[in-house]
Amino acid sequence: MSMDRRAFLGAAGLSALAMTGTQSLEALAGAGRPETTPEGRRAPRWGMVIDLRKCLEDRGCTDCIAACERAHNVPRLESRAHEVKWIWREPYERAFAQRGSGYGDEALRGKRVPVLCNHCDNPPCVRVCPVKATWKRGDGIVMMDWHRCIGCRYCMAACPYGARSFNWLDPRPRVKEVNPDFPTRTRGVVEKCNFCEERLAQGRGPACVEACRERALTFGDLRDPGSEVRGLLRSRHAMRRKPELGTEPSVYYLA
Amino acid sequence: MRDRGLLVGGLALFVAVITFPVWYNVAAGTPTRGPEPVRPAGTGRCVGPTEYMRASHMSLLMAWRDDVVRGQDRNFVGPDGKTYAKSLTRTCLGCHTSKAEFCDRCHDYGAVKLTCWECHIDPASLRKAQR
Repeated sequence: MSMDRRAFLGAAGLSALAMTGTQSLEALAGAGRPETTPEGRRAPRWGMVIDLRKCLEDRGCTDCIAACERAHNVPRLESRAHEVKWIWREPYERAFAQRGSGYGDEALRGKRVPVLCNHCDNPPCVRVCPVKATWKRGDGIVMMDWHRCIGCRYCMAACPYGARSFNWLDPRPRVKEVNPDFPTRTRGVVEKCNFCEERLAQGRGPACVEACRERALTFGDLRDPGSEVRGLLRSRHAMRRKPELGTEPSVYYLA
Repeated sequence: MRDRGLLVGGLALFVAVITFPVWYNVAAGTPTRGPEPVRPAGTGRCVGPTEYMRASHMSLLMAWRDDVVRGQDRNFVGPDGKTYAKSLTRTCLGCHTSKAEFCDRCHDYGAVKLTCWECHIDPASLRKAQR
């Protein structure tokens, strides 16, 4: 078969386009992300619903924070420059930063709300990590491998929720009560909420959810229409933090 | 080769100086000692054969680490068919209760610096610190 220069260039261009085309399509479709568990069951999509009416934070309750710190050896550092946060309190205005609601959110203004890693569907922290020390699991948990973290803090710059903390100081001596079942971290790594994946593996719920005496926090499978979280979301209007950024958080707030 | 005596003498002196610590210890009767790690008392078996564990425990631990953190695979079926949790603190230190007398003995002897314990916790030394 003979081919002139023009036909050859045309065919080469089309093949290159076809190749890159399928690759970008696969990337867009999120290929390689398992939607099922190794046992073949449909993977859950973990999420949390926080009922701000039930939360007693305004009465000084910090049970969820204390439970998390106990479970994960989170150091208590008062200095803002060094603090390490997994779940913490944030003024409503800073957590939601919603403008244009007029007097619509007056009931919530001045209130402090519990905030944590949103375990986004589209996590910016995962995209920027140069060593894959943080990644998104099939069940939606944005997981961290502290063995692999090099402490570059790109993920902290990328996270729009400030959900990641850097260990500037050795955390071990600053942990109040060390839980031997969970590692502490070392100086120079980033850490954040892991949705209690180590407890989920044992079939238990997250520590913060278990600790809340008002049951203001609810944890469950967002993909299952019959789950408790989906039931709550059907019953009341819910908000997510900074929805305009397209990160698709999996933590919902019932106003 | 007029300076042969000087060369051979110098070489002999060099060898003598270099091997001096060996002769010194032989003369002083210092016994040769290995690391002597303390193995657990019971008759329980380890997750793998002793020879394998001695040579390759680090590879096994690295594989466990990646399996648990990155693969959500937390159970290990040993060659004996028993299932173990892939846990340094629970499974390994569950039998080898003294990190100081088991892990540290060999690693100190071989001058191997570990980073495991910068994050992972040895329950025994934690109890000691709390007392």
